[in-house]
Amino acid sequence: MPTGRPTSELPSLSQEEILRYSRHLILPEVGVEGQRRLRDARILMVGAGGLGSPIGLYLAAAGVGRLGIVEFDRVDLTNLQRQVLHGTKDVGRKKLESARERIQDLNPHVEVVAHDAWLTSENALDIVRQYDLVVDGTDNFATRYLVNDACVLTGKPNVYGSIYRFEGQSTVFCTSDGPCYRCLYPEPPPPGLVPSCAEGGVLGILPGLVGLIQATEAVKLVTGIGQPLVGRLLLVDALGMQFRTVKLRRHPRCPACGTRELTALVDYQQFCGVGREEPTDDVPVMTVSELAARRRRNADLDLVDVREPHEWEIGRIDGARLAPLSSFADALRTLDSARDVVVYCKSGGRSARAVRQLRAAGFRRVWNLEGGILRWSEEIDPTVPRY
Amino acid sequence: MAVTLRLPTVLAKAAGGSTVHQARGATVGEVVSEVASRFPELGPRLRDGKGEPYPYVIFYLEDEDIRFQQGFATPVADGAEIVVVPAIAGG
Repeated sequence: MPTGRPTSELPSLSQEEILRYSRHLILPEVGVEGQRRLRDARILMVGAGGLGSPIGLYLAAAGVGRLGIVEFDRVDLTNLQRQVLHGTKDVGRKKLESARERIQDLNPHVEVVAHDAWLTSENALDIVRQYDLVVDGTDNFATRYLVNDACVLTGKPNVYGSIYRFEGQSTVFCTSDGPCYRCLYPEPPPPGLVPSCAEGGVLGILPGLVGLIQATEAVKLVTGIGQPLVGRLLLVDALGMQFRTVKLRRHPRCPACGTRELTALVDYQQFCGVGREEPTDDVPVMTVSELAARRRRNADLDLVDVREPHEWEIGRIDGARLAPLSSFADALRTLDSARDVVVYCKSGGRSARAVRQLRAAGFRRVWNLEGGILRWSEEIDPTVPRY
Repeated sequence: MAVTLRLPTVLAKAAGGSTVHQARGATVGEVVSEVASRFPELGPRLRDGKGEPYPYVIFYLEDEDIRFQQGFATPVADGAEIVVVPAIAGG
């Protein structure tokens, strides 16, 4: 069953559109009616990043009539390895602006609706209600639960995709008879357990693969063709280049789509434990300027880099030595508790854990370098590469 | 009975660098325990302190979610395949 209005109410296609979409029109499964359905479709993309880039480009090219984009971020140079909706000239601009420009260039028939905000419990229902379906291209657990619940409460399908390093997942949640995100994952992992792509990395092509699976499912839902990815979770393994589907079931006790006890959106930051990360009050810190001053005075100190060897290869602070946090227990034996020890990582999280381990082992003259090597690069030595 | 346990690459580091492991056991839980016993870092990534699965790491036996069967007590047949699917959120 396609989404949207009865055939008789669908918009007609202009001559230019007929030519533009001719490769669709000559597919009997799509045909003029399918293309008119796409023209009439209102699809909300949450996020115009790694997943949102291929989703936006291909849905626009396919002729989706109205494409809503929720995005509040600006284009950063580190985005361009995978976020093909944006270009080098767009660095520093709002992603919404570059996305709109690129999409309008690709297909001026598409109406781009810019939602210049983060999706929140306050605005999600109002935004989602304006669309036929939602494509989830967000990058954190809190927003994923929010998108899911907003889709369940408004009865809109949620075309889901997520990625990490070399692997991805995709399915269609929140259809009338299928499971929702909470049926699959009733609770999120504790904050910090699953690193983000910014922390853990991602193969740039992977969001292209997974985003296009989402775009494919969106087009299928709109046109009503094929077998939608409902009740099946597609697992993508880019390294093994294996695609596998496992069965998803609606959970009868799911608070969202099962018992329906969830009748309104909640505080998703709280639900996902955001803000309940390990407190760092017990970790003494040293600012990058203080470290720089001590080094100018040739003060005796042991500068320890707890990042992984592949990060050390990118760049390091001169005079540091590598002792990755993943095998820190071994390195600990090589440290001298009588010396001043300053520990750093990329931005200060892992090094805080290392400092805590050192203090537990009896070290008293130990500090966490505030802001890590990124802050060092920003404020002290710009020749150290940022990544 | 030999059973294959397939881990996502994110857990490979905690499992000696490999995503595919052969193990013996009559139930999913026994297979998980056997593999976890070889890699001390892996165990806490697959099950909680009580030995139960986490709500964000899902086990599929022959592509069926074990939560809709008998959880870790679900019996496994010789040659079966268990796939571990943790929640990820990148986009």
